[in-house]
Amino acid sequence: MALRRVGRATISSVERLGFAARFSLAVVVHAPAALRRLRLTLREIYFSGVLSLVIILVSGLFVGMVLALQGYDVLTRYGANESLGVLVALSLVRELGPVVAGLLFASRAGSAITAEIGLMKTTEQLSAMEMMAVDPLARVVAPRFFGGIVSMPLLAALFSTMGIFGAYLVGVRLIGIDAGSFWGNMQAAVDFRYDIVNGIIKSVVFGIAVSLIAVFEGYHARPTAEGVSTATTRTVVASSLSILALDFVLTVFMFRGLGV
Amino acid sequence: MNRSTLDLWVGIFVTIGVAAILFLSLKVGNLLTVSNDQGYRLEAEFDNIGGLKLRAPVKAAGVVVGRVEGIKLDPKTYEAVVTLKIDRGYEFSKDTIASILTSGLLGEVYIGLDSGGDTKMLADGDRITKTQSAIVLEKLIGQFLFDKAAGGGDAPAASGGAAPAAAATGGTR
Amino acid sequence: MPAANPAVVAPTCPTEIAVELAGVSFGYDRNRPVLAGIDMSIPRGKLVAIMGGSGCGKTTILRLIGGQLRPQQGRISVAGQDVATLDRDGLFAMRRKIGMLFQFGALFTDLSVFENVAFPMREHTKLPDELIRDLVLMKLNAVGLRGAAQLRPSELSGGMARRVALARAIALDPMLVMYDEPFAGLDPISLGVVGQLIRKLNDALGITSVVVTHDIYESLKIVDYIYFVSEGRIVAQGTPQEVRASSEGFVRQFVDGAPDGPVPFHYPARPLVEEFARAG
Repeated sequence: MALRRVGRATISSVERLGFAARFSLAVVVHAPAALRRLRLTLREIYFSGVLSLVIILVSGLFVGMVLALQGYDVLTRYGANESLGVLVALSLVRELGPVVAGLLFASRAGSAITAEIGLMKTTEQLSAMEMMAVDPLARVVAPRFFGGIVSMPLLAALFSTMGIFGAYLVGVRLIGIDAGSFWGNMQAAVDFRYDIVNGIIKSVVFGIAVSLIAVFEGYHARPTAEGVSTATTRTVVASSLSILALDFVLTVFMFRGLGV
Repeated sequence: MNRSTLDLWVGIFVTIGVAAILFLSLKVGNLLTVSNDQGYRLEAEFDNIGGLKLRAPVKAAGVVVGRVEGIKLDPKTYEAVVTLKIDRGYEFSKDTIASILTSGLLGEVYIGLDSGGDTKMLADGDRITKTQSAIVLEKLIGQFLFDKAAGGGDAPAASGGAAPAAAATGGTR
Repeated sequence: MPAANPAVVAPTCPTEIAVELAGVSFGYDRNRPVLAGIDMSIPRGKLVAIMGGSGCGKTTILRLIGGQLRPQQGRISVAGQDVATLDRDGLFAMRRKIGMLFQFGALFTDLSVFENVAFPMREHTKLPDELIRDLVLMKLNAVGLRGAAQLRPSELSGGMARRVALARAIALDPMLVMYDEPFAGLDPISLGVVGQLIRKLNDALGITSVVVTHDIYESLKIVDYIYFVSEGRIVAQGTPQEVRASSEGFVRQFVDGAPDGPVPFHYPARPLVEEFARAG
């Protein structure tokens, strides 16, 4: 009985995976359509990017400030408090920026995308579009997908920047670390290719993952109020888990053998 | 949402987003000094560079005057050849000593330059002949234990003191 | 007297057939067929109603005609074209000639009323903005909502939303318009307005209309022909006069609104005595 249940769960999850793969392919196929309708994609950048600005900027600032306080506490034990800039910058640029911004993006923009598409499905707007000979994948899904991919790296960069600024406020202004050593050590330790570029690559990958999950869950939500709310929850859970898992995989490949 | 307001906001968002990426690249990642080609290069050979890394600072009297630009192994002498990029405006005498140092016990590894009294100055592409290698803690301890074992405990104080001294001066050429 | 088979209709309407269903069966899963052998032919320029209780597969018929679903058996043709044989592009080309009004309008909530009506034009034509503006205002004028052009769908009443959706459905001057429950949830005034609009647009634009509804009184006022569907089959059909005069059980139950009849009041269950025997 239990075995049968395991089997059924496996089959349905494999089925869903195949579904998702086919769906991703369809979205990518419709990419040119989304690019031709730049205005629609711009609109989606507004909804997923601009409307996430406040939460990203504020969270970034606070995460940076906390990092600076905690980091300073530990670093002073080793007499290395001038390395605060390094600690903050590396943790933000490599990990916290892309990951935390990705998690916030999933819960702010991803859930909104799922709910919106799910609601359009529930109220037959997607059906109506199909009946008007307009493909909802091209008109509704693809612009949201690409809007998310554009927004996510920018949000991650803004998060890291605000974090470093917050650390500067706490470390230099409040605690009184020398500004020169704060910036100087940071610049000496942060490498453009290994740290900044890899961080940006991570945020792009997270953007793709979250956007894809969000549009997929919305498009395949059951067309009821309950279905939409389930889909929204699934988006947040699935996006968060895939961000963390992808982060691990990417980190292994990016920073392996770097010895830092 | 009005079309032009939307455009404006997206414009603002993309602009500050790109500005943030530029800030991270230039101010934090210090990309600017990589492409900054002003300055000249010196080479220095070391027996052992320890934990020296690319883009480590080069300091004279504690002032950063350049960066480590390249590290490679000379296949014939089995010595490390380090290329230093010195910022324009700093000049060092021919008998300058380059040593690999560590700031604090656990701090970053950097190259210290101590200028000598020679009136001739190092020019682009010159090689610093007097270098002092990194002190490798494991070797130091290993040597200490070896000496102690070999000495059979006769003069632990003497051999213990000699080993680090030898390691430290051994690299000086 | 309801005609027993659609062939009776043909001689009285010698015009071209716009939509034809022949022996169409469909089910969402194998065990529960929704439609079982539907035959229907809708002449060009006529207003035809498909009536039946809730959940009897009326909306499914519209989705089959529009090609959103494929029949498991039988043949559906729209303007002489077999819908099932069309590929995606062919289907999209066909749908450009079809307008559809969804149950609650299905207006795009992120667009204004104006943009909703302009949507099919912007998607399918390369008309300049000024021309689209004039066309949209004309369509909105036809449904009496030119003044509401700049409102959001959320600011409209149910009846107004239905009329905007109607304007959107006729935006590209279709040859066929399908209405899915156009009267559901409307007050009597809005209901009359929408009903008259459907009739007027049908006659003025020469379009063929298919109305799926369970509102018998409004339908009797406006339509040319009525099909009654129950449990996946056509149980009766005829013109409004024939329906009014009909003595058939199902039609009478529907027209009179009797709670019990051919359509039973009780969901199939065990005999009452057996059910309560345990309690006693």
